Amino acid sequence: MAESSHEPVPGMVEKRGRALWLTHALMIGGVLIVFFPIWLAFVASTVTQPEIVSPPMPLLPGGHFIENYTKALLSGVNVPVYTMLFNSLIMALGIAIGKIIISLLSAFAIVYFRFPGRIAFFWLIFITLMLPVEVRIVPTYEVIAGFGMLNSYGGLIFPLIASATATFLFRQFFMTIPDELAEAARVDGAGPMRFFIDIILPMSRTNIAALFVILFIYGWNQYLWPLLITTDVEMNTIVMGIKQMFPSGDDTADWPVIMATSILAMIPPVIIVISMQKLFIRGLVDSEK
Amino acid sequence: MEKLVTFKGWLLPLALVFPQIVISAVFFFYPAGQAVWQSLFIPDPFGLSTKFVGLGNFEFLLTDEFYRASFLTSAVFSLLVTLVSMVPALFLAVMADRLIKGAGVYRTLLIWPYAVAPAVAGVLWLFMFNTRVGVVSWYLGQLGYDWNHVLNEAEAMGLVVVASGWGRVSYNFLFFFAALQAVPRSVIEAAAIDGASFWRRFFTIVLPLLSPTTFFLLVVNIVYAFFETFGVIHTITGGGPQQATTILVYKVFADGFVGQDLGSSAAQSVILLLLVGALTVVQFKFVEKRVHY
Repeated sequence: MAESSHEPVPGMVEKRGRALWLTHALMIGGVLIVFFPIWLAFVASTVTQPEIVSPPMPLLPGGHFIENYTKALLSGVNVPVYTMLFNSLIMALGIAIGKIIISLLSAFAIVYFRFPGRIAFFWLIFITLMLPVEVRIVPTYEVIAGFGMLNSYGGLIFPLIASATATFLFRQFFMTIPDELAEAARVDGAGPMRFFIDIILPMSRTNIAALFVILFIYGWNQYLWPLLITTDVEMNTIVMGIKQMFPSGDDTADWPVIMATSILAMIPPVIIVISMQKLFIRGLVDSEK
Repeated sequence: MEKLVTFKGWLLPLALVFPQIVISAVFFFYPAGQAVWQSLFIPDPFGLSTKFVGLGNFEFLLTDEFYRASFLTSAVFSLLVTLVSMVPALFLAVMADRLIKGAGVYRTLLIWPYAVAPAVAGVLWLFMFNTRVGVVSWYLGQLGYDWNHVLNEAEAMGLVVVASGWGRVSYNFLFFFAALQAVPRSVIEAAAIDGASFWRRFFTIVLPLLSPTTFFLLVVNIVYAFFETFGVIHTITGGGPQQATTILVYKVFADGFVGQDLGSSAAQSVILLLLVGALTVVQFKFVEKRVHY
């Protein structure tokens, strides 16, 4: 910040003393309210079913953590949760990595080449920015069914990488790379792919990482699409599988196991967001601009 | 903007864009085209043949009271979600901005809900307000309020709004906080020396400076509420009671997959397509402006 050398007027802008504590108290209150649903789910995942079904349930964790999580992971309700976790992992990684690779390649082609159809291609991918999968579910479902890709990882992944957000981001970034680098590569007799691998890729490292965080969470948190195309419980992802754990009739839901599954479903994205916070915020701001 | 230095050849660049072209064509343009095509037909009840009806599906939809109701529901829902997620976020961001130390810790804690999938958020909130075992509904009962979102339409709407807005508080907080940190300290201090109180400074200086961020978040949150909240609605209410929480995207799913009314579902997709298009144009126009801001 340009102003960092400037000493603030004490007590006028940043709060001191009692007002400071009040601000902290309000922040803590806000954090507690925002956190409460997660806390309650965690508590429910550590107590027994009878404790939950005779309200009010306790607000502090019980001693059945290992028991509930073991049950969820190894047997679940319809399918063991570890299977769903694995499916979600493949789907999220497939979407993140797949989209980054095809976007890097096509952005490189658009920026560093003049080829026939370049402008048309640019507009075609621009249109894909506009249409989320939710809007074209029925025909997309028919395409996947036609290819026999229901209940497959390909069916889970491909329709969700058919959008050009990442291509745009990489294009924007490539435009800021100084022309001298490409010039130097050409003078040295390096071909385009050599330039791409030795110069462009290393320079894009942070952008790739930031985008990976955003895309992984996007993929992990998908609901409607896996719900439609994974009719086989062995292919369920964890986010859509939780809802399937609720009994359809009047039976009581197995709350401790469902809540343990909910906690397990949020751990991977939360860890990624927290541990890569700076990259995540950067990716978020970049991808929405 | 164009690069001055480029490489020669056209076979290689075509090979490079090939994967994206194939995937976009097969999984995007073809299905989108199909949606437009199907919206012009009505399949017979046995699915053996289809009848061309032109814009009949659209005509029917726009006069259908259920579809109109769904439009209204979506509008109310997205406005409420935007409000519920932006006001607390702005408040928290303003508080965090007043702190010299510790703001980073609060930010780390407040990011959590963003990572929670809408469908999982739905399950968490459903658990809190469950009519049989929910903690919040139980305490409400102790206070004499009989909570039942399964039967009460307003309560159902309230619950899906809060569950949808919850994760967005994190998102909006991040943007507001970043924008607040970028407000020049010298301006604020000058106003403080002139004796302007905190709230006066906030409303006359800070809020106007935040307006680009606020407007951006308005559009993004409306788009989110329209298109990304399916998981919340499906887990909590399933569109009910009656159709009180059937937003447009949910109706595409309900009519297309549950009701098997493909023509109508496709026509609804096309209407949504136009809607997203309009919102995207608004967003891009705005982004252009923001660059000059």
